[in-house]
Amino acid sequence: MTDFPLTQLLWWVFASMAVGGGLGMVTRRNPVASLLFLVLTFFSLAAIYVLLGAHFIAAIQIIVYAGAIMVLFLFVIMLLNLGHDYQSDLRGGVWIVVGFVAAGTVGWFIWQSFGAPGAVLQRGGEQQIAASVEQMNAVGAIAYPLFRDYIVPFELVGILLLVAIIGAVLLAKRRV
Amino acid sequence: MQMIGGMDLTTMSLALSAILFSIGVVGVIVRRNAIILFLCIELMLNAVNLAFVAFSRTAGVDGQIFVFFVMTVAAAEAAVGLALVIAIFRHVESVDMKNFNLLRW
Repeated sequence: MTDFPLTQLLWWVFASMAVGGGLGMVTRRNPVASLLFLVLTFFSLAAIYVLLGAHFIAAIQIIVYAGAIMVLFLFVIMLLNLGHDYQSDLRGGVWIVVGFVAAGTVGWFIWQSFGAPGAVLQRGGEQQIAASVEQMNAVGAIAYPLFRDYIVPFELVGILLLVAIIGAVLLAKRRV
Repeated sequence: MQMIGGMDLTTMSLALSAILFSIGVVGVIVRRNAIILFLCIELMLNAVNLAFVAFSRTAGVDGQIFVFFVMTVAAAEAAVGLALVIAIFRHVESVDMKNFNLLRW
């Protein structure tokens, strides 16, 4: 079962936008420009989630990630007045070499593992997700397993968020 | 090229996930601005999310539920990390990592 050619074409468009946004984020000196490149990457990833059939994940990717978390970062950049801080902050010398050796290693790994034939994945999950989306809708297909099979991790994540909020307030307070 | 064009979306998305993760790793190693370090960590978390969504096509909806948990942890990490950055900025008037050497031996 192969995907439609148009889906493949759109995938390549959004994948190149995502990689370009990532490279832009690493190379820009201005933190605001860097953050906006990352937002571009997040939007492209949301489009790729749609192409992969995860519509609800794509929606919360845009609302939570590109909306909330990135605005939090932007807020801190503006609070600390870093938007016009154009000094170069690349680590010199050996760190750049280390970074590109890391990238080369990962690139070689991708070339070796995805260029090789025989990496055939079974496609059972797609039909399973399609059936549950048919029965409930796109939200229910995620919500039912989340609140039934994963209720304990869900509660633990709630405790984690509470602890993180208290910790953030405590750390950022001027005088405890 | 013919082989790549014939690949399915799951495999290609896993490759894209590895590429984005390595961009994030290079950013963490190379940059010194603490906020951009956090942005690179967010990029790495997103690469992992992409891998989860890609694998949810083979393993069912569980992968998409784990994306939820990763997003929650990312939000908590961003809140605590930015609070730390603000606290350190108050002391040294900078977000450059070369000033963050309090715990370095």
